[in-house]
Amino acid sequence: MCCWPRLRSSSRRKPEIRQASEIPQKCLAARTTGRYTTGVMWLKARVILVSLLAVCMIGCGEDIDPNEPQGFIQVKGSDTIVNAAQKVAEEFMKTYPHVFIAVTGGGSGVGIASLINKTCDVATASREMKPKEIEIAHKRKVDPREFVVAYDGVAVIVNLGNPVDRLTIEDLHKIFTGKATNWGQFGGKDLPIVTLSREVSSGTHLYFKEEVIQLGKKDSKEEFSRETLLLTSSQAIVEEVANNEGAIGYLGMGYLSNRTKSLLIAKNSEFYPADMDHVIKKSYPLSRPLFIYTDAEPQGVVKLLVDFTLGPVGQTQFLETGFVPIGATIAKED
Amino acid sequence: MPRKIDESTTPSFARLRRLAADVFVSLRWLWRKTSEPVIEFCIKISGLAVVIFVFLIFLFLLRDSLSLFRHYPLRKFLFSTEWLPISEPPTFGVVPLLLGSVYVTAWAIVICVPLGVGSAMFIAEVAPKPLKHVLKSLVEILASIPSVVLGFLGIIWLGPVLRNTFGVPTGMCGLTGSLLLAFMALPTIISISEDALTGVPKTYREAAFGLGATRWQALWRIILPSASSGILAAVMLGIGRVVGETMVVLMVTGNAPVMPKSILQPLRTLTATIAGEMGETVGGSEHYFALFAVGIVLFAITFSVNFVADLFLRRARK
Repeated sequence: MCCWPRLRSSSRRKPEIRQASEIPQKCLAARTTGRYTTGVMWLKARVILVSLLAVCMIGCGEDIDPNEPQGFIQVKGSDTIVNAAQKVAEEFMKTYPHVFIAVTGGGSGVGIASLINKTCDVATASREMKPKEIEIAHKRKVDPREFVVAYDGVAVIVNLGNPVDRLTIEDLHKIFTGKATNWGQFGGKDLPIVTLSREVSSGTHLYFKEEVIQLGKKDSKEEFSRETLLLTSSQAIVEEVANNEGAIGYLGMGYLSNRTKSLLIAKNSEFYPADMDHVIKKSYPLSRPLFIYTDAEPQGVVKLLVDFTLGPVGQTQFLETGFVPIGATIAKED
Repeated sequence: MPRKIDESTTPSFARLRRLAADVFVSLRWLWRKTSEPVIEFCIKISGLAVVIFVFLIFLFLLRDSLSLFRHYPLRKFLFSTEWLPISEPPTFGVVPLLLGSVYVTAWAIVICVPLGVGSAMFIAEVAPKPLKHVLKSLVEILASIPSVVLGFLGIIWLGPVLRNTFGVPTGMCGLTGSLLLAFMALPTIISISEDALTGVPKTYREAAFGLGATRWQALWRIILPSASSGILAAVMLGIGRVVGETMVVLMVTGNAPVMPKSILQPLRTLTATIAGEMGETVGGSEHYFALFAVGIVLFAITFSVNFVADLFLRRARK
């Protein structure tokens, strides 16, 4: 009992402090008189919290029709497609407000790897899956399904101040393997050529390597020149080319802008610009399809997304980002 | 004097209050008796956890990188000068990456050590007190700039400036990275060397002045040498920071896996390789294990640098 007087005196000095000995009394008082403001506030706060929670739960539960699609889709992969995919996702979420889609880039290799590692639902890719990757996927019990979503031309860009405006695939081969190192050799200024490439995770990197570095020969041992800068994004290539008169880089048509100049490219003798018409006609030599991959036959919301992407609204988004919709080439071929 | 309480007439709430007070007091007593060992135990566990984590990380790295050498010869990894991870067959030579890291780090240190130690000397010994406070907080702000922001500045501004100044083909080169990394290591170096300089006993200074030394002589010949081990530790920690930094070098050094001959050339560092390629590797592939092997090389470097720094710091305390 020795501390009893101390408790008393302190309660006299600071009556607003809650003391253990007063608690039962307070709770009583709070209900009846409202004299003890702290108790009432506690009660009020609790009432508000509970009602807020209730409103939230009603709000969430109220307007969801059980038949309406809901879920979460992770889309990962190609940097070439990432902007278009983002737009498709936004349109999709307008139509189906209870489906959330996260779109990230990183490169086709990243998308395919995460499909195999089961960390994404839909992989976007600007190249086909390699047989080796499909084999690994099957080992991991992943069964990749391929869909062509659009067509793209790989544009080769240089600085606006560079007088060179056309190159053959052969020239590109010499430049990117380091056999030619000066713009003077191609009718330009006497400047060293700075070759820019994407990181090895990029599908465009692989496509360019197969078509230009190895000239389409499977057994070729040619590599990118060791001096080639490997940049982490297509945007970084745009920045460097826009600032550097000696730079040359390649990227998907979706990244073309008036800050850089896109070259005319020839496979044999005819030069063609990287634009929609020539990709549709397949006369531009560096044209390729763009893909999305899913694990097994798409189902549920993923199927909805795939159908949406291949449907008119999805294809419009690809057209607006600078790609060729799938319908266009088929129509021309007929 | 004990209070008299008549149990029969006391209202029930007073009895309740007394009971509650007793419970309160006895709980407090219990807490006082037991809290010490409980807290001690918690602290011990968290201290041990750090050691265990480091050890586990090391084991994990070792296990995955050793898997590489089951298929790929160690000699080729250590001595090949080519890094071609997606070719058929791939070549994983760590030498160009290691040299890239060494070049960038060496230049960053050359740039930031004189600057850092110089400004530490100024802050510790020369600056008047108000200025000292301002400078110290500014250094802390410097430390809080995110590296990705610096990388962006490097691409947009520093790269083109360096290209025009040195007349090199591209601004995405080792020096851009070194400059930005030097900038990032500065706060570490400044604040630790400043601590070391302030820690020199006052008597040294007084003795020097008493012998007729000027302020500069005292600073240069007496204070700086006596703080030298602390300053060396600061430099080592700065190196650790620079070697391990990833974002800036990934963004601005161009990442060309060449054997670097000059700092004004694009080059590729260990950290940028891991960050740039890890996303696309399939878990369990050769490329994946190769990146772990690169990781263990990096770990070995930073570990030894930090170890040496620790040795110096210990000597400084003695």
